[in-house]
Formats: sequence, structure tokens, C-alpha cells
Amino acid sequence: MKKELKLTVNGEPYELWVKPRTLLVEVLRNELGLTGTKRGCDSSSCGACTVLLDGKAVKSCSVLALQTNGGDVVTIEGLADGPNLHPLQEAFIDHWAFQCGFCTPGQLMSAKALLDENPNPTREEVEMAMNGNLCRCTGYNMIVEAILATAQKLPEEAK
Amino acid sequence: MIRDFEYFAPKTVEEALTLLSQYNEESKVIAGGQSLLVLMRQGLVSPKYLIDIKGISALDFINLDKNEGLRIGALTPHRAIEKSPVIRNGFAVLSEMELKLASVQTRNWGTIGGNLCHADPAGDPAPVLIALNGKLKIASLSGERTVAVEDFSTDYFETVLRHGELLTEIQVPNPPPRTGTAYTKFNIIENDMGIASTAVSITLNPKNETCNDARIVLGAVSSVPMRAKEAEKVLVGKEISDALLVKAGQIASEETEPITDVLASEEYKRELVRVLVKRVGREALDRARRA
Repeated sequence: MKKELKLTVNGEPYELWVKPRTLLVEVLRNELGLTGTKRGCDSSSCGACTVLLDGKAVKSCSVLALQTNGGDVVTIEGLADGPNLHPLQEAFIDHWAFQCGFCTPGQLMSAKALLDENPNPTREEVEMAMNGNLCRCTGYNMIVEAILATAQKLPEEAK
Repeated sequence: MIRDFEYFAPKTVEEALTLLSQYNEESKVIAGGQSLLVLMRQGLVSPKYLIDIKGISALDFINLDKNEGLRIGALTPHRAIEKSPVIRNGFAVLSEMELKLASVQTRNWGTIGGNLCHADPAGDPAPVLIALNGKLKIASLSGERTVAVEDFSTDYFETVLRHGELLTEIQVPNPPPRTGTAYTKFNIIENDMGIASTAVSITLNPKNETCNDARIVLGAVSSVPMRAKEAEKVLVGKEISDALLVKAGQIASEETEPITDVLASEEYKRELVRVLVKRVGREALDRARRA
């Protein structure tokens, strides 16, 4: 029996009816067509499905959709401001922080959550905050560099 | 693929307990689901009724009473414990343990109560809470009871929780003066569950360097987090030297019952225990001296 789910995604309010077994990632990808959020592992290990829920980074594959009732979700599609890329996205381009791009949405959302909370992290803090996001391509260094570069570049308000 | 279930989202403990006693054996409780959903996706757990207690905000709290000690609500997310100033100041080992637990994402949504009730012997909170002499408050429609964390898990993924019962609170007494507690785990990938883990708490005599109490707790090397009681006896009543810590490590490694698996052999796990008890013991002793 479907239950009502009301949530905001990237600033837009939605009212949906979902089966209780539906995961947040399924709502985002299948109901809302926001396929930027990826399912990378199906074992809650890789973080490619990371989105922000009420400002906190969570793995959308490991959250029951109904638990987000009344919540505010931001996905990768909500990061850029229209045609203007988010500073993190620009830094990822400048620093070659992605290759195949599959883990990248999750990396960016975790990075955003980090900088929102800690605008000037040390390298160690970046590495620790990002350890829930796996990448097969880059070897991680460029991702860390991109995040540190973003932190250095901008005042807190712009993040 | 997760099978369909009937879903309830109680907002109070009372509502949850009523549902639990009503649906008995065919129901499971979900909090953050960071362990449960993994099992449900794999089809290992398929409850007919799922009771979602994540919305019971009354169970999300961290309180410190100067006499009673620390009280943590069962639905407190790991991340809140990690960042709590109260915990960092008085029970730092809990915050340190949380920093090593999984990832930020898991800690944002997963709860300490959920972790304890999942009862993975490699879980991080249990050994630390046992070293800290922690207790658990369990509620049911007929009342409440308290169980030592040490007695909570009885086997892999099994606890003393009966049908109709809910873990509501974790209680940690104020540590006695001159007590130091430390925790570490050995893993290949940072923040993975430990292949072997160790929590040690040492209490020194207020007037001299004699060890009044030692609690050595091992995770991931038995079916439950276990106290290495023979190893503890090596330390209690003595002035702890490095040689004594080495001996404690040796005895602890013999007390454990690790299983050879894909991560490491039984012999290697015993070796890990031998080394970790010594190292964590040193750290705990250091902290006790500075306390």
C-alpha cells in the first residue's frame, strides 16, 4: 500500500505516493528523473549516491524514502546555479578531479557538505570527510586538491 | 530487491512499544537503517511489518549529569556523538571511536542504538561502552530494565532484546578519577570495521601508581565483543610496566576465539590482539596518568 511522501528536492516541492520499500535514490532517479545521483555498488559502500538531506550528506541508497518526509534534499542537479557552475564543479574541472565521472556527483555533494560545515579544512580533514566516497579512476589526490583549492579561493558566503 | 512490507512510523516510544507487542515476531525495527537496509536489499531480512522509529525525536539526546553520568538517547546519530562538546570534553574516547566509524554519510543517518541492536561483533561502539562500564535501558509496555552493555549481545547479530522491547538509552557512568580509556581497530581500508579491535580502560589508585581496575575489551575476534578477563588480571593490583602490558597482550591473544576468514587468518588475528592490547593499554595508561 503506497504512502504519501512530501519533500523538497532542489528547491521544488513534490507530493508523491510511494511503496514503503522505496529507497530515496529510487525516488530521485525513477520518480523524479534526476539521474545525476548514481547507484554504484548496491552495498552501501561507495557513496556515489550521496545527496544532501537537510544539509547533511547521506547515502540515498541507504535511506528509506518515507524517512525523508518533510525533508529538504539537494542533488547534484541542484548544485549549479542555472548556467553558472558551483565553484566546486569548476575546481573539479580545473584539477582533473574526475575521469569516467560516475562517482563525481557523490564526490561533489560530500565536498559541498564538508565546505558548508568547515569552510577551511585541512588536508587531513578533507581526506577524512571524503572517505565515504570511492573512486576507481582518479586516485583521489585531484579530488582533494580541487576541494582545498575551492576552500582557499572563496569567502564563506559564496559556498 | 527489498520485499514489500507494511510500514509504521510511530512518533512516541509508547506508540512504538504498542506496535512492537502487536506485531511481535513478524516485525523489525528500523532506525537509521545503515545496517538493516543492507540486509534487506540482499533479501536476508524480509519483515512483514517495519516499524520506523527514526521519527521518535524524544530518543535523540545527549545529557550529562554530574552525578549520574552520561545519558545518550538510542536514536542519537553517530555524527552527533562525534561532534558533541560534552562528549569530547568528558568522554573523548567515544568521539574518537565515532570518527573511525564508517563514513560521514553513515554517521549522519545511522544511530548508536541501531548499531548496538544490530550486534555485529566487529561494531565499534560496544567495546568502548563496555570499557566505560556502560549500561543500556530497555523499555517495554510492562516497564523498563537495565542491562550492562557487556551482557547485551549474546551471539552474532543477537541480543537479549525480547519481542516487544526497545532500546531507549545508553548510560555511561562518570569515570572514576585517574581513569584513561582508549580504542583502536586494525583494518585495511580506513574506517572499515575492524579485523580486530581493542578498547582498554585503566583506573589508577588515587595515591600511587597501582592499577585499581583494568577493562580490556576485544571486538571482531569472537561472536560478541568480549572482555579479556585473564589479561585484565595481569594488570590489576600492580604497577603497570611495559613488560606487564606485553604479557597482558599475550594472554588476551590466547583468550580470543577468532575465525579465519577472507580478511585474515586466526593466527594473524591473535597476533593483532597481542599487539593492539599492548598499544591501546599504553595509551589508556598514559591518559589515566594525565587524568
